[in-house]
Amino acid sequence: MARIVDDDQRMFMTGNEVLAWAALAAGAEIMYGYPITPQNEIMHYWTRLAPRFERGFLQTEDELSAGFTTLGGVMAGKRAFSATSGPGDILMQEPICMAEMMRIPAVWIIQQRGAPSTATVIYGQQETRLACFGGNGEGHRVVYSTSSHQELFDYLIKAFNTAWSYRFPTILLGDGYQGKMREAVTLYNPEDHGVKLVPTEPFVGRPGVPGVDRAPAHYRNTFNIEEEIYEIVHAREEEFEALTPQIVEFESGYLDEAEMILIGHGIVSRAIKEAVKLLQNKGVKVGYFRPVTLRPFPVEELRKAVEKVPAVMVFESALGQLLSMVKEAVGGLPVKIEAFLRPGVGICTDEAAEQVQEYLRKSSMVH
Amino acid sequence: MENKTSGSATSESKTGFTTRTVVTPNEAMPKVWRRETKPHRFCPGCGHPIILKALAQAVEELDIQGRTVFGCDIGCSLLAWDFFNLDSIQTHHGRTTPVIAGLKRARPDLIGVAYMGDGGGYAIGSQHLLNAAMRNDRVTVILCNNTVYAMTGGQMAPTTLPTQKTETTPYGRDPAMTGEPTLGPELMAAIGRKGAYAARGTVANYRQLVKFTKKALENQLADRGFSFLEVLSTCPTNWRTTPRQTWDFVEDDMTRVYKVGEFLKPEDEK
Repeated sequence: MARIVDDDQRMFMTGNEVLAWAALAAGAEIMYGYPITPQNEIMHYWTRLAPRFERGFLQTEDELSAGFTTLGGVMAGKRAFSATSGPGDILMQEPICMAEMMRIPAVWIIQQRGAPSTATVIYGQQETRLACFGGNGEGHRVVYSTSSHQELFDYLIKAFNTAWSYRFPTILLGDGYQGKMREAVTLYNPEDHGVKLVPTEPFVGRPGVPGVDRAPAHYRNTFNIEEEIYEIVHAREEEFEALTPQIVEFESGYLDEAEMILIGHGIVSRAIKEAVKLLQNKGVKVGYFRPVTLRPFPVEELRKAVEKVPAVMVFESALGQLLSMVKEAVGGLPVKIEAFLRPGVGICTDEAAEQVQEYLRKSSMVH
Repeated sequence: MENKTSGSATSESKTGFTTRTVVTPNEAMPKVWRRETKPHRFCPGCGHPIILKALAQAVEELDIQGRTVFGCDIGCSLLAWDFFNLDSIQTHHGRTTPVIAGLKRARPDLIGVAYMGDGGGYAIGSQHLLNAAMRNDRVTVILCNNTVYAMTGGQMAPTTLPTQKTETTPYGRDPAMTGEPTLGPELMAAIGRKGAYAARGTVANYRQLVKFTKKALENQLADRGFSFLEVLSTCPTNWRTTPRQTWDFVEDDMTRVYKVGEFLKPEDEK
């Protein structure tokens, strides 16, 4: 694979541009896309860069087509991907479901916007549930929720490797703020950082005549018997669970002696980390926990983090999508669960810190 | 002489008696058909296997078995998912065109065949079909027109004939309410670009069907443009017809609305 930069290159650019470079670095061979804000610039930069690196692009008629052409590209053995948002994300769930069923290692970038419906083109975290559990299935997909431009770069490369290692569809979940803002980032060639690109292989069109030199490759997603699908889904779940320790990622800090743990994912996690530092400087004992993978969710890690903590507070730019995952994960533990829910709007460090202080003040008055 | 024959050739023997050369089912079967999955799963009297036999023969005659990828849709076409000695992908309803179009973009050396019914092509997947045609994607779409949604139990399709009774037009299709039947190849001919191919064959004319199928594949092989073949087919199960009525419907009733022939040839000026 061609080197995308001579040496590590420090840049100041938008997140969507970072993602186009990351896809190049990840060895992505073809992108299939359809315009929707706030992910458009991924396509804009990709279409400028792709011919220089002999990569492909197809603009399709809608997100259904973008998703299904991506599956065709992957089944041809190529590192293929697509990007979308909002209502496009809804349409994209159909091909993502097919990828779940048929174990097609396609990669999607989802830059969340306001919801429901068309809503805003700017920002939100209301596609969290959709990214994790969209479609008619059990959520057998990997979802990375990024929080910085460096992570956009690092985790898109990782997303391709995860997809092709484990054959589960893989989603990089960002948002419009991450896509549109400029931030410093280091672009690099994966091999310079010891990251090997997982090789791809074609599902169809392998050498030899099917039925003569080799068996034909027959792929389907339709089944006749209830018990058949029961077996398949169980086997899939067992495999997903077995792989969870290898895939799952989280980040935490200041957990020792914390009176409260702040929980958030994606860009919101930056605000809560800063809020924790702010409060720690004031002598308030708080910590943070951030799931990096939302699928699989770091259940065991979160339970361990909160088992001795009186309370947690969940922060998200949605009305309880991460909250429900947290509740499910910590079920049975004697921890009080508070939440600061801001659908469609951002969360700042100061307001996160204020929420926590307000809660701690009230709870100490109660005692 | 064996009684079970699937095909035979008649010849004059030296003695003057007519003898029959026995052809076993295996010999009659195109080698692109996968024997392990036969007998196939289609209903008795269904037209799909005839279309699939024509496709097999065309693939065989063009010697492209090693590079053809067969995609099939939801509906009865999905029953063909393991029908061939061809790499095959069964997709979602209406989405076979983009899967094969995406595959072709990624691997132009492969020959992509998207096989679907009239519902898959003209209703739920119509945007994909139109846009693949308008992009002049180098794929071959073969669409089975049997005038009904067959797998789901015989509802009205875009191709249901006026006055034809289906489960969702129990008093007969009324074009004032539901429009006239979709004319696919005519549509493809209107929007197709130079190099594209559009034709309508019928299971009632097998030799012509093989010819059209070959042309639809050869056009992709020559990298000229999009290729579209609709095939008039039979569904006695949902039509609730006897063999004779079935044949009359496909040969007479359907061809009154659906003209068989070629509507756009790659060499036509556009």
